[in-house]
Amino acid sequence: MSVQQVDQGRLQSPFYPRYKALDRLDTWHTWKGYTSADALFDGELEYFAIRNSCAVFDLTPMTKYRITGPDSLDYIDRLVTRDMRKIAAGRVAYAVWCNDQGQVIDDGTIFHLRDGEYRLCSQERHLAWLTAAAIGFNVTIKEETADIAALAVQGPTSYSVMKNLGLKGIENMKPFGLMHFDFQGSEIMVSRTGFTGDLGYELWLEPGKALDLWDALFEAGKLHGITAMGTHALEQARIEAGYLAAYEEFLPADETIRTGRSRSPFELGLDWLVDFKKPNFNGRRALAEEKLNGSTWRLVKLDIEGNKPAHHSYVYAKPRKNKKEIGFITSAAWSPICKQNIALGSVRMPHGKVGDSVWVEVYYQREMHWSKVMAEAKVVDKPFWFPPRRGATPPGPY
Amino acid sequence: MTDRYDAIVVGAGHNGLVCAALLGKAGRKVLVLEANSQVGGAAVTRSFADGYSVSACAHLLYQLQPEVRKDLGLQFALAADDIGTIALSADGKHVRYSGENVHGVSDADSKSYRDFHKRMSRFAALLRTYLNKAPPRLGTKDRKDLFTLAQLGLDVRRLGRKEMREFLRLIGMNIYDEVTERFDSKLLKGALSFDAVLGTHLGPRSPNTILTYLYRLAGSGGRLAAPAGGMGSVSEALAQVAREKGVTIRTAMPVKRIVVENGRVTGVESEGGETFSSHTIISNADPKSTLLCLVGAKHVETGFTRRVNNIRMQGNAAKLHLALDGLPVVNGLEKKDFASRLLIAPDENYVERSFNPAKYGETSPQPVLEITVPSFRDSSLAPTGKHVMSAIVQYAPYKLKDGWDDKKRDAFMKTAVSKIAQYMPDIEGRISASEMLTPADIEREFHISGGHWHHGELTLDQFLFVRPVGGAAQYAMPLDGLYLCGAGTHPGGGVSGAAGRNAARVILSREKSA
Amino acid sequence: MKTYDAIVIGSGHNGLTNAAFLAKAGLDVLCVEKNDYIGGASVSRNLHKDWIYSNCSYVCSLLRPEIFRSLELHRHGLQITPYGGSTTFLENGDYYGSYWDAEVSYRERARFSKHDADAYNRYSTDTMRQCRFIRDFLLRTPPDPTSFKPKDIRELILLGRKFMDMGEDRMYETIRFWTMSVAEYLDEYFETDVIKTALSGSGIIGTALGIHSPGTAYVLLHHYMGEVDGNAGAWGFARGGMGAVAKSIAGAFQGYGGELRTDAGVEKIVVKNGKVKGVALTSGEEIDARVVVSNMDVKRTFINCMDESDLDPEFYHRVKNFKSRGSSGKLNIALNGLPTFPALPKGSSLMFSDMHFIDSMERMERAYDDWKDGTWSKDPYVDMLIPTLVDPTMAPPGKHFMSCFVQYCPPQIEGRRWKDEEREAFGKTVIDQIAKHSPDFKSLIEHVEIRTPQDIEDQIGITEGNIFHGELTMDQLLFNRPVPGYAQYRAPVAGLYMCGSSTHPGGGVMAAPGANAAREILFDLNRHNTVPENFGDD
Repeated sequence: MSVQQVDQGRLQSPFYPRYKALDRLDTWHTWKGYTSADALFDGELEYFAIRNSCAVFDLTPMTKYRITGPDSLDYIDRLVTRDMRKIAAGRVAYAVWCNDQGQVIDDGTIFHLRDGEYRLCSQERHLAWLTAAAIGFNVTIKEETADIAALAVQGPTSYSVMKNLGLKGIENMKPFGLMHFDFQGSEIMVSRTGFTGDLGYELWLEPGKALDLWDALFEAGKLHGITAMGTHALEQARIEAGYLAAYEEFLPADETIRTGRSRSPFELGLDWLVDFKKPNFNGRRALAEEKLNGSTWRLVKLDIEGNKPAHHSYVYAKPRKNKKEIGFITSAAWSPICKQNIALGSVRMPHGKVGDSVWVEVYYQREMHWSKVMAEAKVVDKPFWFPPRRGATPPGPY
Repeated sequence: MTDRYDAIVVGAGHNGLVCAALLGKAGRKVLVLEANSQVGGAAVTRSFADGYSVSACAHLLYQLQPEVRKDLGLQFALAADDIGTIALSADGKHVRYSGENVHGVSDADSKSYRDFHKRMSRFAALLRTYLNKAPPRLGTKDRKDLFTLAQLGLDVRRLGRKEMREFLRLIGMNIYDEVTERFDSKLLKGALSFDAVLGTHLGPRSPNTILTYLYRLAGSGGRLAAPAGGMGSVSEALAQVAREKGVTIRTAMPVKRIVVENGRVTGVESEGGETFSSHTIISNADPKSTLLCLVGAKHVETGFTRRVNNIRMQGNAAKLHLALDGLPVVNGLEKKDFASRLLIAPDENYVERSFNPAKYGETSPQPVLEITVPSFRDSSLAPTGKHVMSAIVQYAPYKLKDGWDDKKRDAFMKTAVSKIAQYMPDIEGRISASEMLTPADIEREFHISGGHWHHGELTLDQFLFVRPVGGAAQYAMPLDGLYLCGAGTHPGGGVSGAAGRNAARVILSREKSA
Repeated sequence: MKTYDAIVIGSGHNGLTNAAFLAKAGLDVLCVEKNDYIGGASVSRNLHKDWIYSNCSYVCSLLRPEIFRSLELHRHGLQITPYGGSTTFLENGDYYGSYWDAEVSYRERARFSKHDADAYNRYSTDTMRQCRFIRDFLLRTPPDPTSFKPKDIRELILLGRKFMDMGEDRMYETIRFWTMSVAEYLDEYFETDVIKTALSGSGIIGTALGIHSPGTAYVLLHHYMGEVDGNAGAWGFARGGMGAVAKSIAGAFQGYGGELRTDAGVEKIVVKNGKVKGVALTSGEEIDARVVVSNMDVKRTFINCMDESDLDPEFYHRVKNFKSRGSSGKLNIALNGLPTFPALPKGSSLMFSDMHFIDSMERMERAYDDWKDGTWSKDPYVDMLIPTLVDPTMAPPGKHFMSCFVQYCPPQIEGRRWKDEEREAFGKTVIDQIAKHSPDFKSLIEHVEIRTPQDIEDQIGITEGNIFHGELTMDQLLFNRPVPGYAQYRAPVAGLYMCGSSTHPGGGVMAAPGANAAREILFDLNRHNTVPENFGDD
């Protein structure tokens, strides 16, 4: 007897046929085992679709868990640092979860689908941790990545597209809301969430209906500039929105070999997610101590002078480079919408207060030759891109 | 209305009583809640047939720390002291040992045993110093911790170069290699191997069994005694002292849960719904029961829960109690020899083979036994002219394939009795009543998860800094006001009182510094 | 007569490495070998027609890259080719494999348990953290914890600091890791028996312990701390067989002007006035040297080749009781063609992997019980590889060489020498186990060499055929290896040194003991050090 061999190549999401049909560039990478497009026809135009009209991104490979059972709220509340009792059914919470040392394992979104029923979407896979966290709780945790197809629909006209799709009541959905709709006889969940920092929605449904949804969506968006996009555009938008990426801004804490390579929520600028007034949660004791004694690192959003993206640069407190570096850049990009040279970085406390100036050592290559500049950078508070439409309810028909 | 106490001790095991008595002595208002109707936990005397009583688990006293006796002025009568050991041989050529002397072996073995005993006693004495204090935390800047660590290093160095090298070599080693290197006598090798693995899920070839051997010697240097009236007398005496110090002890009061409010313990609730308030709750129960059942995982963090869940604490020793209408006959033994501890462990490989099935969830078809006849020196335990035999029988793994039931217990009891009958041919005819406590029974009767007498294997990965788990070896749990004081904490099992005493001292010193 | 600066006894990879670094420092070095071929247990033997067998050690990962680089072994013909993956055949006809691609491996694990597939990340991180901790000490001399010499105290502090650097929680994990059994270690991560089984093998290879014996988690580390091209934990083949390792180091040695003599077995190490004088060969010839270095295991060195009266009695006693029980056997098989494994899909990359035929923790442990009873495992743990799939030099085209490492196999049967029919029966046990998963395997066999630990002792000279020159238990590791107080490569006779795997950091084709011993010798001789330091932060 020969046993069926596990798939040796990349997996295909249920939306793959539509992506493939639109693809002109044939440039793909692997995302959690799935084939995922870098860009389809023009990375720049795909990016501008996010900011000008409506861009669609296949989210299916994102790791998803379903958490059910009588203790599901207690379980999730112990798992993450924010108070989940405040997240009613029909709401979504961005959350971060830590190990006992208060170091971030991952961040993600938790969808309170119905009373006592949750979906947790994470950047990395955590079934072993989630299972360990379930000791003593009456909950069921099911990994459902392949069971749920998902699309992000992001951009100013995304609301109009949703309306056209016939989603009644969508106008009342606030950011981080979710609703269930009927779609051709099966259920579709729509949440007002995204990874672009713009007005946008995410659509979740059974894989069997994926292509039908795609077709209906593109039909509904035909007059609203709907465009499929790849990861390149999303990454650009992600940095503008100031969102964290695992393995860029932080490493999953239990997967660091060296000491001091993990980060706490405070060190990632996520103080607002840590709630000491709620009951016990993972990392609470360590975080209370850190709050008292101070953190080692600080995540900074940097507005850097000039136009040379500061990929992997060292950060200094003073322009003279014989000083010891105070940190490094974790993500960098030229923002086409803000016309700013932006970056996220990790610097040692007490450096990097909002309003401070730091210096970034930028290396860039022009026709084979490498050059170096020390660029001044301002630590800024707000995300680089935060349009009013992102928070407006009902959103306008932009 | 609920009563307020300075401290509530959950479980009146001997460690719980020691802890309560010491807190009482320091003027604290202490309540002890015990699920069973008598105090003592597993250190109780139990009547298993009309007129016959016996120590339920451990039947010999050798680990009780002198510091505990001294601090509490503890008094109880001994039925026998300095009990010798006889390693039984089917041919009647038994080996006897007591202290540093061994008889029935070659002169070379006899001399080697003296050296062995001397060295082991010296190492055990070093170990003993550390049994009576809380282990230091690693990686902290606390001066007391650093001092204790430095002292540990210094004490090891103070052994002298040669002995220090031996200590560092032996501490992780197995008893098998050490005894085969030193001795010729199979009986002696078998007996010492068995001593090292008594009450553990280890065979003599398992590394780590030197540590378990040293631990055995770390109370009274291996000197064995039997309390008059069985082990329960020690617990009763402890309870008596505790009451004198103003401690309230309530038996038949099983605790349902430890109440947690706003991140700290505030009291306990009994199965019957009674509540008792205190900001200090000390659990004598094992770490798993305490944290996962009484407190609940949601009040501690996941990494900690995982560690607690991973504690290895599956008992492997069964206890056999026989009511005998007279003393059995043993080839080569005189009547007075029944005052001794009798071992059935004919050689070191026999002991190892006896362990093998336990790894696969099976009982030993050829078990090893530690037998005492407590009634021989203590007439209160059996009717006149009759006797009670108490035997520890290994190996009987808690996690039996398909689980324990009455049939399997009866079968293992039969195996044990027929093993005894190989040495005491008339035993079967003399049995008027019998019982066997398997680890499953011990779990049920004494509320110890896994039925492990020591509330957790005593191996280097569950010892000192990492007992019960790393980061919580200092009796305080990561939940404000919650402490452990049972055998699951440092230094471990045995009727030693060290864990209870250490816990009490930690609690008092924390109150002082707070 | 000529007096050498140094004589190295034994041309195993450690002896040659030691000799090479001494010669590199300008010493006049002679390396003597009792066999008519060099390499000790790193050999390629032409024992059947056109086949080349790596008939002892068979894969390479532990060889320190610092040494490879420093001795420029590529110039002397050494090529290490990594091989991928591992396969465990299940009794129910299924198999469990690991692949080069992490995602594919994830999917394979997830086929058995999604939990375990995720847990693997934490497992490998935690294990690699321990590797990283120990790796810094591979090319260092263990400190003597009883000494107050500045050098020892400095090294102890370094060890302590590396430990403290981990932070509190990881220190506890480290204590536990170093003392627990591989089975219990794996239990803390995984729920699936076959996944645990597949990983547990590394905890007992070459070890006279079972997977449930405390201390075997460390042995796992011993097999993980190697690397190929910076890929930690990876294993590879030496092109041309493991003899290529010895040959290349010998090439380096001779390139530095060293002298190599085969068929020159040492009868005695000659001591005069408490100082080493040289060696006496079995031929009766005596050769003088200022320094003698033994690549032999400690028992052979001190019990067989020296007079008890020349040694400190305490030291002699400890060496005599040094634990060096052989526990591994080997089958080297010439095949007429490539055997098929019907469980594997056609073209599966797992054909290139190392294959195992035990699928449960219970079978693993039972294999050890047999050894304890003085016989070979009737259902052994076999680590099987076909190097000719990547190395065309070892068999004629279309033909193959198969290497089967077998755990457990005792050095003696019930305390006496092996009989020929027992050796045959041992071989049959292994062949039958493989044939259960490969129906055409038996028909392809052209020649089999069966090696018990006794054969290894008879041919190579390693006491009881223990592949690590002594067990890797805590009482014989680091400053306890080979015996407490003598872990710094110096024997208790002036001018006599040890450089074999009986010394820190132990067995495997690592070459670190040889290099470390060379550093100490050069220090004592006040010579410039030629031994490299470790690369750091790997």
